[in-house]
Amino acid sequence: MARVIVDVMLKPEILDPQGQAIARALPRLGFSGVSAVRQGKRFEIELDGPADEAALAEVRKMAETLLANTVIEDYSVRVEG
Amino acid sequence: MSAARVGVVTFPGTLDDQDAARAVRLVGAEAVPLWHADRDLKGVDAVFLPGGFSYGDYLRCGAISRFAPLMDDLVPAARAGLPVIGTCNGFQILCEAHLLPGALTRNASLHYVCRDQRLKVEQTETAWTGAFERGQEIVLPIKHGEGRYVASEDTLAALEAGGHVVFRYVGNPNGSLNDIAGIRNEAGNVVGLMPHPEHAVEELVGAPSTDGLGIFASVLKNLVNA
Repeated sequence: MARVIVDVMLKPEILDPQGQAIARALPRLGFSGVSAVRQGKRFEIELDGPADEAALAEVRKMAETLLANTVIEDYSVRVEG
Repeated sequence: MSAARVGVVTFPGTLDDQDAARAVRLVGAEAVPLWHADRDLKGVDAVFLPGGFSYGDYLRCGAISRFAPLMDDLVPAARAGLPVIGTCNGFQILCEAHLLPGALTRNASLHYVCRDQRLKVEQTETAWTGAFERGQEIVLPIKHGEGRYVASEDTLAALEAGGHVVFRYVGNPNGSLNDIAGIRNEAGNVVGLMPHPEHAVEELVGAPSTDGLGIFASVLKNLVNA
């Protein structure tokens, strides 16, 4: 059993109004020193077997097909260990 | 001759299918209910993908609907020239299915927008807008939280150069790039727009106009002439 993490983020050039709203709220809550916030999604994929190259290739295919819309989002895949 | 048959697709969470079917009947065509889980287009002459919150908008709007069994048949049929239109959630599904370029994202204001919206018809060379005049201003209702059209710079340039922007907002409600409210594919048989023509077909129900009828009349005219 292994856990693979897929992070999905809007591409840098795509406006993220949710991140901006969070960034604007932080100073009101007393948190200073934050220049920007971007909001994304994290997927935790539990594998039946080990996170070998073949399994990771499958996860990348999942990300490409469903988890991310690569028109507007980038994704990254890593093994949690 | 028999009436043209326009399929109206229902996914779990679709809201506007009944209005769309009614609009289809108002222009004299037959509305054929299509179910997302059936791999059967029932031999329809055109397809309307209505708005709503298919699959609860889980993951991204339209991201799961795109993989519904019906879409296995609809995508190749659309690529082969079947007239297909998607409004609101239907537009989001068409983008997720890569039948149209770009994507619809959270409104810049983060607010759900529900209002009557003025639009300019930029393109009449499509299966769905032939009954309008180029440059004509129309009013259709909008109601969406994720209608901000975005695409890469290259894609936007190609849309503009190819005349693929079909509707533009007059007074941008959501931050869409280039005020884009609706686009078409290269062939012009597939059109997607955020506003709701199916809600603007009868004055009796308080619609701001009957401009939406133009969409349904356009496709019908093409089908009858075909």
